[in-house]
Amino acid sequence: MQRSTPAWAVAVTLKRSLARRKTSLDRVLAILTLAPSAAAVSLFVYAFIAWTGFVSLTRWRGVIPDYAWAGLRNYVRLFQHERFQTDLRNTVVFTAVFLTGCLVVGFLLAVLLDQRVAGEGLFRTVFLAPMAVSFVVTGVVWRWMLNPGTPETGYVGINLLLDKIGLGLLKSGWYTDPRIGIKAVALAAAWQMSGYVMALYLAGLRGIPEELREAARVDGATEIQIYRRVIIPLLRPITLGAVIVLGHISLKVFDLVAAMTGSGLGFSTDVPAYFMWDTTFRGNNFNQGAAIAVVLLVMVAVLIVPYLIYTMRSEAEI
Amino acid sequence: MARMRAVRIVFSVLAVALLVSASASAGTTQFRKLEVFSWWTAGGEAEALTALFDEYYKLHPDVWIVNATVAGGAGSVAKAVLVSRMLGGDPPDTFQVHAGRELIDTWVVAGKMEPLDDLFKAEGWDKVMPGGILDIISYNGHYWSVPVNIHRSNVLWYNKKVFQTYGLKPPRTFDEFFQVADALKARGIIPFVVGSKDGWELGHVFEDVLAGVLGPEAYRGLWTGKTRWTDPRVTQALQTFKRMMTYANSDHSALTWDGAAAYLMEGKGGMLIMGDWTDGWFTAKGFKDYGWAPTPGTAGTFVALSDTFGLPKGIKNRDTVMDWLRLLGSKRGQEAFNPKKGSICARTDCDRSLFNEYLRSAMDDWQKDEIVPSVIHGAAASESWATAFKDTVALFAARGDVAAAQRALQQACEDAGVCR
Amino acid sequence: MTGAPAVKRGRRGVRMSSSSRAVLYLVLVLFAAGYLLPMYVMVVTSSKDFAEVSLATMWELPRQFSLDSFSRAWFGSREQGYTGLNDKFFNSVQLVIPAATLSSLLGSLNGYVFAKWKFRYSNLLFMLFIFGMFIPYQSVLIPLVQVLMSVGLYGTIPGLVLVHVIYGIPITTLIFRNYYAAIPTDLIEAARIDGAGFYGIYRRVLMPLSIPGFVVALIWQFTSIWNDFLFAVVITQNPAVQPITVGLNNLAGSYIVEWNVQMAGALLAALPTLVVYIILGRYFLRGLLAGSLKG
Repeated sequence: MQRSTPAWAVAVTLKRSLARRKTSLDRVLAILTLAPSAAAVSLFVYAFIAWTGFVSLTRWRGVIPDYAWAGLRNYVRLFQHERFQTDLRNTVVFTAVFLTGCLVVGFLLAVLLDQRVAGEGLFRTVFLAPMAVSFVVTGVVWRWMLNPGTPETGYVGINLLLDKIGLGLLKSGWYTDPRIGIKAVALAAAWQMSGYVMALYLAGLRGIPEELREAARVDGATEIQIYRRVIIPLLRPITLGAVIVLGHISLKVFDLVAAMTGSGLGFSTDVPAYFMWDTTFRGNNFNQGAAIAVVLLVMVAVLIVPYLIYTMRSEAEI
Repeated sequence: MARMRAVRIVFSVLAVALLVSASASAGTTQFRKLEVFSWWTAGGEAEALTALFDEYYKLHPDVWIVNATVAGGAGSVAKAVLVSRMLGGDPPDTFQVHAGRELIDTWVVAGKMEPLDDLFKAEGWDKVMPGGILDIISYNGHYWSVPVNIHRSNVLWYNKKVFQTYGLKPPRTFDEFFQVADALKARGIIPFVVGSKDGWELGHVFEDVLAGVLGPEAYRGLWTGKTRWTDPRVTQALQTFKRMMTYANSDHSALTWDGAAAYLMEGKGGMLIMGDWTDGWFTAKGFKDYGWAPTPGTAGTFVALSDTFGLPKGIKNRDTVMDWLRLLGSKRGQEAFNPKKGSICARTDCDRSLFNEYLRSAMDDWQKDEIVPSVIHGAAASESWATAFKDTVALFAARGDVAAAQRALQQACEDAGVCR
Repeated sequence: MTGAPAVKRGRRGVRMSSSSRAVLYLVLVLFAAGYLLPMYVMVVTSSKDFAEVSLATMWELPRQFSLDSFSRAWFGSREQGYTGLNDKFFNSVQLVIPAATLSSLLGSLNGYVFAKWKFRYSNLLFMLFIFGMFIPYQSVLIPLVQVLMSVGLYGTIPGLVLVHVIYGIPITTLIFRNYYAAIPTDLIEAARIDGAGFYGIYRRVLMPLSIPGFVVALIWQFTSIWNDFLFAVVITQNPAVQPITVGLNNLAGSYIVEWNVQMAGALLAALPTLVVYIILGRYFLRGLLAGSLKG
């Protein structure tokens, strides 16, 4: 066998085995490359999470650390806390409105801009611009715009505009109305982030080959059907990615709430992150603040881990 | 070759860095240092702080002051930064803190501050400051911080023109308040303007209602356990507050207090209950037709808050801090600071001619009134208690359940360890 | 797929009648107007005098147009005791350039490993990296200060750079991993057969293809670092090294906020990010396109 092997084959085998040896060195290099980041993440993320988790099980109130064991008492009290119950409901509502708003408006804008629009660059910049502004400023401006005014002193902000253009029927108490509350804050957040989603979808739409649409058209599909059956399914990875990025913003939203509405009337615009800040740094209840952080992290895990596993699996299939 | 060059570059960069840091430290050793941590970042209060620094430089030209300021909602961001730094192991040389329980329950009880009895005695401050304020800054028989100014919480501001037009007088009692409110309402004017966006403003109004219904002695007792929170007078205060809120603007949760003050300024609103920084705001807005009175039931009572500085343990620049504190308590320092800040001196011997009309009237009251501590501005209760108080009042304003609110107030007192 | 070539600017949609074109533009213009409304409020408010700022006249143009608030926000005022944004601006530049660059570089190396050098449990490790994005920063401030103190970086710009680089690792790794996953493995095999090693492949094959990926990562990091307030305010206590967001925050007083100056400051602070979007917007899109369809 050996003898009969042609010279070129020997050369290839040799090169392969060399490459293989190199590969194992390369694997070491690959792992070494990750090492600093992994070390940093394990300290600054996981050790800190562990620290927070530990504090949430202690009796630490006041500025002197008190590591006396409290078990799950902080969690029990937290979930009994009326403010926290409201916060959890608000987070769900905020996330739903914010995500839907960003995805629907972002997709709509992307589809519109994808129709070979004159001045596309200008429109794109306009829609992306809000992202450049910090949440704190967004909060203040939107607080003014959604300030309802009163019948006695006159309407202001958006309500005033609605009156002027004859749509006075749509006037509302906005965030001062407990039934709307947090949804108004989600509106402001969607204003800020929907441009990002638009950019993602626009990029995705441009990446779909024209032949696919043509083929569907030949099969007699209407434009709407093409979007429903072909394009939206193809864009699913983008949608999922956007949901993750937006989801982490919505669970952590803090600056915007602080600047725009604060806790609101009867905590109608309060969120866990704001409660955590309030109780930790205003009330010095470090144990309670830590417990809120842990609950937030668990919520994140519930949201994101299935997504991550899903992505990994679907990639493995490719 | 390339490697050699890289090594050489790294070494030369290191050498330069060393030189720079050496020269930087050489530069600072000539100066003694003082880091002053506060939330006075803008407007009159920042001007006032600069005026204090200028006085300090005149006395100690060899000191380099680091002005570490953090703004944000009456100091809430500043508190977070302060806590992180203190617990992280980097205390500022001296920091601004509200007089009273905010300092005491947070930092004094924790053993992080040094008492200042010698300083007070040497400078004779216990003679020139009223007993009411000395009580607020004392704990276990020691003084813990130097008050640089006094603000008043219980002021009722009104639009003079509106009151004149309809022949009204500022109300002295709650009955009069409601009469005036009805009269204003009948004219289509918002009787009682409120801004509650930041959460503390309603607590501010309610503390003044408590002081008005209970009187100074019983009000003070609420925070020491002598007056019970289950007292019927607390019920009455809650009911009064609830009724007052029915006269408030419906958009109060959308406004910060200055938004409410704007209604008053524009003649759309009649009365506002807010601290005396309102005076400075009206001035900045160029508005002159405002009048003031103690809030209903509090004539002769001065609900006080005060900004103070203390001496943390284990700091690097103790000498310069002592000089700073000495300046803060002095006549010279307080006269430089307060006219600009829009507050009055904690001392009673400041030159009246330096102050405007409102502040002169506050100075008179400061001399003769009963002084009681504000809760929402840190004087009366620990911060966790004050936070619970604030949240309870905010929820009460939305729900209006008197019994539940009173239970929650009692619970907060128990959690604080003052009530059984 | 390398980004640019994949952009097929084919004719989109069916032939449109001119009336539906008109509707299309109308809708776009209405949306644009809606998006610009808050910007309008910012600009108008910032060119007013403080006495004129009020809710009731929020939509109205200033009686007298003035740039005074801008100059006050930018230069500050020594007599009035507050510092402007000008020196803070350069602190932010010194912060954001190394922080964004370093975190993008790190992210690209990590992404390269996660996409092309999978090892046992590398997917799990990747998930652990991504999860780091979700940590609520308010809850880790105290240990963070302690760690930075112990390495002597507390209170310095390098310390703040370090923090941003570390907390930027998750997102940049995510961006680059998805981006590199779209690059055919054949290219890498070919380079490997030619004798390129781990870093050789990165330098010769991936780096040259990474420009759009870097644009996305840099823009994202630039925006979030430039706008960060929480870390900045806690880690840098000395005004001489504080970034612009802290300066912006400090334009407000504790009880009285001059909204005209605040808005002017906000516009000035947002300017660099806006410029980045305008100049790099096209590449941003291209980078998103290259990385987004897969992963």
